[in-house]
Amino acid sequence: MRKVLVILAAITALAAAAVPTATPKSHAQLKVALIAPSAHNDLAFTQSMHHALLNLQKKYNFQLSVSENQFVVANAANIMHQYAQEGYDLIIAHGSQYGATVQQLAPQFPKTTFAWGTAGETYGLSNVYAYQAASEQGGYVNGYVASLMSKTHVLGVIGPIAVGDAKLYVDGFVAGAKAASKKTVVNVAYTGSFSDPSLMAKQAQQFIAQKADVLTGSSQSVVGAINVARENHALWFGTQWTQASLAPQNTVATQMYDWMPLLKQIFTRMQAGKKAGLSYTITLRNGGEKIQFNKAFKTPPTIKAKAAKIIAGISTGKIKIPAGQ
Amino acid sequence: MSSFFTTAILTATVASGIQLAAPFLLASLGETLGQRSGVLNLGVDGIMLLGAFAGYYVALHTHDLLLAVVVAIAVGAALGLATAFISVTLRAEQGISGIGVYLFALGVTSLLFLKLVGTPLPVNKPRDLHVPLLHRLPAVGHTLFTQNVLVYLAFVLVPVLAFVLNRTTYGMNVKAAGENPAAADSLGVSVARTRYIAVIAGSSLAGLAGATLLFDVGIFQQNLTQSEGFIAVALVYFGAWRPIGVLLGSLLYGMTQAIVLSWKGLGIIPVSLSDLAAAAPAVITVLALLTIARRFRQPAALGTPYTRGG
Repeated sequence: MRKVLVILAAITALAAAAVPTATPKSHAQLKVALIAPSAHNDLAFTQSMHHALLNLQKKYNFQLSVSENQFVVANAANIMHQYAQEGYDLIIAHGSQYGATVQQLAPQFPKTTFAWGTAGETYGLSNVYAYQAASEQGGYVNGYVASLMSKTHVLGVIGPIAVGDAKLYVDGFVAGAKAASKKTVVNVAYTGSFSDPSLMAKQAQQFIAQKADVLTGSSQSVVGAINVARENHALWFGTQWTQASLAPQNTVATQMYDWMPLLKQIFTRMQAGKKAGLSYTITLRNGGEKIQFNKAFKTPPTIKAKAAKIIAGISTGKIKIPAGQ
Repeated sequence: MSSFFTTAILTATVASGIQLAAPFLLASLGETLGQRSGVLNLGVDGIMLLGAFAGYYVALHTHDLLLAVVVAIAVGAALGLATAFISVTLRAEQGISGIGVYLFALGVTSLLFLKLVGTPLPVNKPRDLHVPLLHRLPAVGHTLFTQNVLVYLAFVLVPVLAFVLNRTTYGMNVKAAGENPAAADSLGVSVARTRYIAVIAGSSLAGLAGATLLFDVGIFQQNLTQSEGFIAVALVYFGAWRPIGVLLGSLLYGMTQAIVLSWKGLGIIPVSLSDLAAAAPAVITVLALLTIARRFRQPAALGTPYTRGG
């Protein structure tokens, strides 16, 4: 009996943490659910989508439910199933790990539209959208600028796991840095975890010991690395969402994800009664990715001008970013 | 590989290994004390998490790092009291109750972080202290002998705990409660009180371990510990329930982790193997555990609730 009570208490605490938050629903509203692997304020991947949804909520008149911190795919699958059963109109599975669940649920709930990413696969299903980020583009710009600004000509890049937009960003950063200067050394490491800020911090410390004066990284666990950059007066380049609040004196630029153009297309098509089955990619050209320079950091105008040229080159196709290893 | 064998990289790697070992060492020493008294506490990771969050919250709002550390220790002690109550007074199955404490702390810290903090913000770290004379050693002195006070404290506690266990009456009582509680009881030793004190003190060290990890990273995030508390429990077995053994295990784990990180950064470990390499510290520690620690036996009454006349 005591064992059962202890387990029940723990489950209750976890359940309380996982309860989806919802805004009140009025008549004829769309019901939209966001399932994400990290917190809505992670300064990274989830925050980019959450922010876009909040910005569009009034215009498209939808009720938003958010289930965050769903690292465990099995739990996320249960929540998605629950949303679908409750008649949600759009379920956004914001993580490439949710693909199999979307593939399984979408045929069972044809009246519900699913969107998932980052990925390009709709599985041939007419109620599934897929979305991805050409993060190598912003990575290239960041790498180029970083290489120009580095005094030691050693850069440190920390990825979580070498998959998806994290790998694209890292590969793009390396290519950009090398394009700016052949003598720049770019050290790359993957921690093996999307959620371990401690490992990120330790890897960043190793890079500092290896003379890196510029750091960058991807995933919500970069907060650990940013702190190391701040303490060691290194420069920081971000991706997915601005992390300038953590190190305003060190953050030079960020590749911002803006999912609003993508979401606008999805909502417009839903309102028009059109089927899904499409795949979208956010890029510098279509405005889904933007390079945001940190206002609190004085980036030399000449560097900004060079970055603008690179952005234009990528957008027009003049600059081709080589594929990573 | 030659890039690794430079004085700067080697000393930075060793310094990183020492830092990485500190939270494991503190948590393992605490667990050693508890297990020597006969109580298996699998809630170490949860206690570290709550200690880290409490320390973070206090540091964020008061900027008083000493107070943050004290609060982290106090939270550890409070959870130790709860653990002791469940394990000693209620005589619950210790493995299950420890996992319950862990799950509770994991959920509560995530919830509190979201509701009370939201966007993660960095906190200041304790200032680094220089070890007199040693920090002036050429090339390696500054890197190796300039650490924050919590790291030094972890290493200082090794001989302290060894002294307590081997040279004090309370230490003898702890070992008696863990080996043969009935015999200890017959000699007038309060097994319950001995175990309560051991678990509370051990959990306080787990809370301190959480604070050490927090100040090493400089920021809190959900599940900050990433199951380090469970590694700490394994290191107790590795160390054969002796402070010096626990020290060696913690250093082995920390150094392996630091070398892997360094090799990844230098490209010695290719990206394609980086995920596999991340598991190396755990694999090496488990292999060492299997080969070394099998020669030692655990406290005879470990995990067994004591009932007088039972």
